[in-house]
Amino acid sequence: MSDPQYRQLLTPLDTDWMLIFTCWLLAAAGTLGSLFFSEVMGLKPCVLCWYQRIFMYPLVVIFLVGLFPLDRSVVRYALPITIIGWCFAVYHYLVYSGYIPENLQPCSEDTSCAEINLELLGFITIPMMSILSYSAIILLLFTFRRRTQS
Amino acid sequence: MKKLSFVVAAIVLLFSIFAVATYLYNKQKADDANANAQKNDSILERDYSPTMGDKNAKVTIVEFFDPACGTCKAFSPFLKQAMEAYPGKVRLVVRYLPLHQGSDEVVKIMEAAHQQNKFWEILDAAYVTQSSWTRHHVVQPELFWEMLTHTNLDIEKAKQDAKSTAIAQRIQQDISDARQLNVTKTPGFFVNGKPLINFGYQPLQELIETEIRNKY
Repeated sequence: MSDPQYRQLLTPLDTDWMLIFTCWLLAAAGTLGSLFFSEVMGLKPCVLCWYQRIFMYPLVVIFLVGLFPLDRSVVRYALPITIIGWCFAVYHYLVYSGYIPENLQPCSEDTSCAEINLELLGFITIPMMSILSYSAIILLLFTFRRRTQS
Repeated sequence: MKKLSFVVAAIVLLFSIFAVATYLYNKQKADDANANAQKNDSILERDYSPTMGDKNAKVTIVEFFDPACGTCKAFSPFLKQAMEAYPGKVRLVVRYLPLHQGSDEVVKIMEAAHQQNKFWEILDAAYVTQSSWTRHHVVQPELFWEMLTHTNLDIEKAKQDAKSTAIAQRIQQDISDARQLNVTKTPGFFVNGKPLINFGYQPLQELIETEIRNKY
């Protein structure tokens, strides 16, 4: 019982661990959700969707590794990826809502990024869910960093 | 270990949600497809559609096809076998659905061949030589004409007929019927009005066998 790592595994679920666990849960739900849209529902991901996927999928692995045992430096690796993904999500949202004309961004050939493919409950769109997931992960990571810095 | 089982439980939960959602979505889609096919039963075939097999056969396979589609080509021997397996009991009706770039030209020629009673012959020739007149899924109509010189089709007449509005209208009718029947990919199959929902040889085989059992 004197080995600190062994002891940490036996301690009850603590807040810091839960923060990263929630990050992992969000990333995993986002990954499976996006796969559901493309593989089950057959909605073809547009170019901007692909960039958001590229930065969301690795988070599932990074957070999972960071959980066993809880690694305080997980923020260093996960935060840059999350912020880049968040930027793509915001950009996509602006294209989607018409603030940026579509011809100024790269996807026009196959699936239009400005086309609204899915609206849950009439207002929840895929880029909106992407922004919310990325924002929540960023918020959780900043909270985790503040708590573990002291 | 508590944390580990916590995460394992979360993984199991996420995958369960995914599996249940997939099941429900596919079931809903299948129900919708069946209902839609039933509603549009009358437009499954047109009087001009090329047909093979006994006209009194009680099992009708409708295939929406594109001559440039590799999977349609792959299904061609399968359909022939199915018809041979139940002589006189199965008939095949084909509808045009040119989805490949340039295919619209080819299906016009196919319909012109149909008017010379050479549809099935030309279809076989088109499938056998498919790779020679398509480049990266784009049809090269001049190479298709070139291929036709090796068949006994009256090319001059076919060239004239392919330009006619009657043929253009038939093709347009098939495309709009496909849209109404929710056929977005080729080949699209219906057996006695029931859409093939899970794509593949085996499901199609089962669908045909079920209809044979029901009708004979």
